[in-house]
Amino acid sequence: MHTDLIVAVPAWVLLAYLVSGVCFILALRGLSSPESSRRGNITGMIGMAIAVLTTLVTHIPYTGFPKGISCPAGANCFGISAPDLNAIIEIAAAIVIGGTIGLITARKIQMTAMPQLVAAFHSLVGMAAVLVGAAAYLNPEAFGIAVRITPIYGPSVVNILPVSRIEMGLGVAIGAITFSGSVIAFLKLNGNMSGKPILLPLRHVINLGTLVAILVLIAYFTQDQAPWVFFTVMGLSFAIGFLLIIPIGGADMPVVISMLNSYSGWAAAAMGFTLHNTAMIITGALVGSSGAILSYIMCRAMNRSFFSVIAGGFGAVASGGEAAAIDRPYKRGSAEDAAFLMGQAEQVIIVPGYGMAVAQAQHAVREMADLLKAKGVTVKYAIHPVAGRMPGHMNVLLAEANVPYDEVFELEDINSEFAQTDVAYVIGANDVTNPAAKNDKTSPIYGMPVLDVEKARTCLFVKRSMGGVGYAGIDNELFYKDNTMMLLGDAKKMTEEIVKALG
Amino acid sequence: MDFISILSIFVLACFVGYYVVWSVTPALHTPLMSVTNAISSVIVVGALIAAAAAGSPSSKWLGLVAVALASVNIFGGFAVTQRMLSMYRKKDR
Repeated sequence: MHTDLIVAVPAWVLLAYLVSGVCFILALRGLSSPESSRRGNITGMIGMAIAVLTTLVTHIPYTGFPKGISCPAGANCFGISAPDLNAIIEIAAAIVIGGTIGLITARKIQMTAMPQLVAAFHSLVGMAAVLVGAAAYLNPEAFGIAVRITPIYGPSVVNILPVSRIEMGLGVAIGAITFSGSVIAFLKLNGNMSGKPILLPLRHVINLGTLVAILVLIAYFTQDQAPWVFFTVMGLSFAIGFLLIIPIGGADMPVVISMLNSYSGWAAAAMGFTLHNTAMIITGALVGSSGAILSYIMCRAMNRSFFSVIAGGFGAVASGGEAAAIDRPYKRGSAEDAAFLMGQAEQVIIVPGYGMAVAQAQHAVREMADLLKAKGVTVKYAIHPVAGRMPGHMNVLLAEANVPYDEVFELEDINSEFAQTDVAYVIGANDVTNPAAKNDKTSPIYGMPVLDVEKARTCLFVKRSMGGVGYAGIDNELFYKDNTMMLLGDAKKMTEEIVKALG
Repeated sequence: MDFISILSIFVLACFVGYYVVWSVTPALHTPLMSVTNAISSVIVVGALIAAAAAGSPSSKWLGLVAVALASVNIFGGFAVTQRMLSMYRKKDR
């Protein structure tokens, strides 16, 4: 009996993958400022090109390998006189098809639809991880993770290494969770599915049971590499991804999308462990920690624990006081009133929220700001970390509308300025301005850091109608304050009317 | 490479990731998500190995589909990131 050993990978290949990993680190490092970010992104592209080319060069089967390159495991290096053209054409076709779809989507997508796009992209990473895991399971020798045992009598057996089985199982499980979770997140963000949480009875028990079953099966997989174990792990993981995301409401989407970002990274890292690939491991770790940090930032900005978000159900229970609240007196203003107030002001702070994205009002807002600036008014923008449906959503929309980024401020940098501000113009933001977070201990958002818009001399609040409540499903005390003027109407139309009145 | 050296790379990369990501300005969190998306498609390496390997047709086709999916992400992710980043501008004056 003899065993075939894993073919060693040449040193230059290992180095190339390391360089590619370093490029990815530099790509993220570039994002520390907008000036360096574009160069960073290009470094990332170079890193990806290095990784892809290295893999192609070492894995396309052909004879006459240059010195120093050995035949990769699993590839048939004997009896072929030229590069396998069919294999090259097939791979090139796959890249061209995928690349074209990607480029067209990237060009056409509206900036307001970024959260959906990112969710869709996450699902692709998850699916790719699942497929690679399955491919590795079906042809483990190609990945150099198996030992072929040839007994003296009988057929030879391919045994996947036990460590690789765990890595593969985890990779496929995380990939499948990323896929189905992202699909649900996409459907919710894209409006194909209600943003309301869907609460199944006994969901915590079901989820926990499924999770335990997955882990037990992965452990069992080391003992028995039968297909049913592998594919049950995959199926259960698809199910748990779906079950985990359906109870989570629209307002918690920034956390969900960051969490799925993190998962897609861990899936890549697990596959990197399986393939012993440095580039994948470094990238997986980077993306995994990036998503985890973003989830943490989002949770902190909502004063919620990560587990309470995952448990879901936020926004399902509307507060009891809602019906009574609708009849309370409030001040209503017109676009002309708003134009007059802002035209007289020394400083105006604009507070954008998800409503601005929905109404596509960012360009109108910038026009309004330009006219105000021409009148000598100082205009600033205040952004709450969870405004919108994903981290940094509002910043991108304002950048799209040509708002210079040095006029845009984060919550902690600008919150003290509201007291010296004449007008706060709240457009499409609700929960992130709700004073109940500061003074109503019974409120579900109590303790969440909010923008102190009520401290401005006047608060102009653009809202479609008085009926609706924010995504958290709670009333906003701000509407009924003496210094609040409600501007009822579509965010874009209202802003355009103000522009007209200012001009 | 043995498991321990791979694990070492992974753990150190997690720390690098932690410090690098905290230094990302909050204004660029959306591009951060789209670029991490693009780079996590480095999983295409595994897909290419499967697609190029002989021996199992089903494994090869799974690999090819994975190559196509990851390519959507690579090209789309980098392109949309570049498009977003080109919009961030300082005051003209």
